[in-house]
Amino acid sequence: MIEIKNLHKSYKMGSNSLHVLKGINFSVAEGELVAIMGSSGSGKSTLLNILGMLDVLDEGSYNLDGVPIVDLNETKAAQYRNKFLGFIFQSFNLINYKSAMENVALPLYYQKVARKEREEKSIKYLEQVGLKEWAGHLPSELSGGQKQRVAIARAMAAEPKVLLADEPTGALDSKTSYEVMDLIQKINDAGNTILIVTHEPDIADMCKRIVHLKDGVIVEDKKVDQVRASQYV
Amino acid sequence: MLDIERWQEIFDTIRKNKLRTFLTGLSVASGIFILVILLGFGQGMQNGIAKEFEEDASNRIVIWSEVTTKEYKGLNPGRRIQLRNENFEYVTKRFSDEIEHQTARIHINNVLISYQQESLGYRVQGVSSGHQFIENQFISQGRYVNYEDEKNTAKVVVISNKIKREVFKGGKSPIGEYLDLSGIKFKIIGVYGDRGSEREEERIFMPITTAQKCFNGADRVGNIQFTLKPAATFEQSVLESNKFSKDVKEYLQKVHTVASDDERAIRFFNTLDEAKRYNNLSKNIQLFFWFVGVCTIIAGVVGVGNIMLIVVKERTREIGIRKALGAKPWSIVGMILHEAIFITAISGFSGLIFSMGLLEILGPHIGVDYILNPSVNFNVALTTVFILILAGAIAGFFPAWRAARIHTIDALRHE
Ligand SMILES: Nc1ncnc2c1ncn2[C@@H]1O[C@H](COP(=O)(O)OP(=O)(O)OP(=O)(O)O)[C@@H](O)[C@H]1O
Ligand SMILES: [Mg+2]
Repeated sequence: MIEIKNLHKSYKMGSNSLHVLKGINFSVAEGELVAIMGSSGSGKSTLLNILGMLDVLDEGSYNLDGVPIVDLNETKAAQYRNKFLGFIFQSFNLINYKSAMENVALPLYYQKVARKEREEKSIKYLEQVGLKEWAGHLPSELSGGQKQRVAIARAMAAEPKVLLADEPTGALDSKTSYEVMDLIQKINDAGNTILIVTHEPDIADMCKRIVHLKDGVIVEDKKVDQVRASQYV
Repeated sequence: MLDIERWQEIFDTIRKNKLRTFLTGLSVASGIFILVILLGFGQGMQNGIAKEFEEDASNRIVIWSEVTTKEYKGLNPGRRIQLRNENFEYVTKRFSDEIEHQTARIHINNVLISYQQESLGYRVQGVSSGHQFIENQFISQGRYVNYEDEKNTAKVVVISNKIKREVFKGGKSPIGEYLDLSGIKFKIIGVYGDRGSEREEERIFMPITTAQKCFNGADRVGNIQFTLKPAATFEQSVLESNKFSKDVKEYLQKVHTVASDDERAIRFFNTLDEAKRYNNLSKNIQLFFWFVGVCTIIAGVVGVGNIMLIVVKERTREIGIRKALGAKPWSIVGMILHEAIFITAISGFSGLIFSMGLLEILGPHIGVDYILNPSVNFNVALTTVFILILAGAIAGFFPAWRAARIHTIDALRHE
């Protein structure tokens, strides 16, 4: 599903540049649930952003579902994102003046799905994350866990090939984190490919594979026995 | 533009950001409102001035003389020029086709006026019968001086309503009473009124011939006055009166040996000149109102641009989110512009309708001098709204374009 070879990325900071990713080779098959770990500043978010086409790579190649991601301009990136990717952010990134349902429906708007169908679909996905009754509420009326579940529903609504989550539980307490992980595991069970950046070992243990980043390279990449989040919920 | 989905998206955004929408709209609507009101009053002013001068239709010309300022034919400057009866008679005869009313007038200085031993402080002037019409006076009682009086140098005077009020207390009729002017008895034959200022009614009139004979006037006149027959249009009247003035001036300069470029020796006062000046003034005022209006519009446009800038900044993160979810840069530009144009259009038209309505309703009731029926050309106002919309779109485009070009990841990081 994802295949990257010899990926490099530097940030220019004035005259000197910061080499963040120093040759990453990495592939993810369909249906995997991968945790990306590493200390702060090791380049986890940078990697995920490049995978999500929110940022561009300096060197190396990137294939997504057999499509080479090259010459990425904003228009093309937007198209690919809409077609292939769903995002879950630490800070939820819901649009504050739109209701839960409207937030979920937004990627469908950019897929040119008709309004009626958008609404039906977003209700369906809100139901899946257990928030059907909250469809008409604004983000400000929801708890952190609920917001993240809305964000997950939104990421799912576009029916992406890959879900990318940057510290999805970073802003949540552990109980709520497990609820969110339970949801993510269920989505993964349904066959979706998911990548999660996290600091927390217990969250990483709920994935099927853990990749360790250190100083811009992968230092460890191992399969793990998945801990089911449902037992804590 | 016909993308119904986008319309719905924009209505949603507008509905949920009422304050922002309201403020943007207000700056546009008030810009249009102020412009229309200003233009309306500019027009009203022009209407009012036109009417004022229509009422005072008399195109009155007053000619008097002072001293020369230029050497001419061996004569030194500083020579006093004196108008005389023959000058008046010549002009009257020669321009009889153009002239409507005429009078020569002389002011009698140092005259002691008394009525039954009570001395009075009024001015005394000798005039012809035409004076009444030239000064737009009306008769309240008796009659004005006439041709017969002039021919007979009759010792008669006409007093004003004000003098009657002040001197003939207790409703006593002044007609037939005698005023004593420096020892000569004058019979009061009429009472006149003047619609102008109070000062205009502080004068006593007698036939000019009497004035010249009784008070050492010889054949001297103070000034000569005419009204011309009105022409079909204002412009034409101005032309004709200018020609009349020019011809009369040439004649007077010739007979009094005055240089043709000596503006001070023989002086003219022409009400049409005044009218023209007012006309120009009102045109300038209108121009000024246009200027202020256009500035208001520019301020409105800058306001819209500013608000758009703030709005876009405020929405940077939202734009990032939308882009992460698959919005293309152009769809972001389109969305923001669409919204800006929509708000500008709606508020521009409301400002237009509101202000035109106000002018329509209040306009006819405005009873101030020099302002009549303020109104505005609908097409002009409509064009202005369209210009404003266009300007708003341009003002909105740049921030929108900039926002759309921010990298998605930077936009998402934006606080
Ligand atoms: N836009 C940027 N410009 C300059 N430097 C950046 C930028 N984004 C990240 N960096 C730098 O790149 C390095 C890696 O950042 P990254 O966000 O990928 O770390 P991370 O592993 O996600 O850390 P954390 O766990 O704290 O989120 C850091 O040193 C960071 O300062
Ligand atoms: Mg990070």
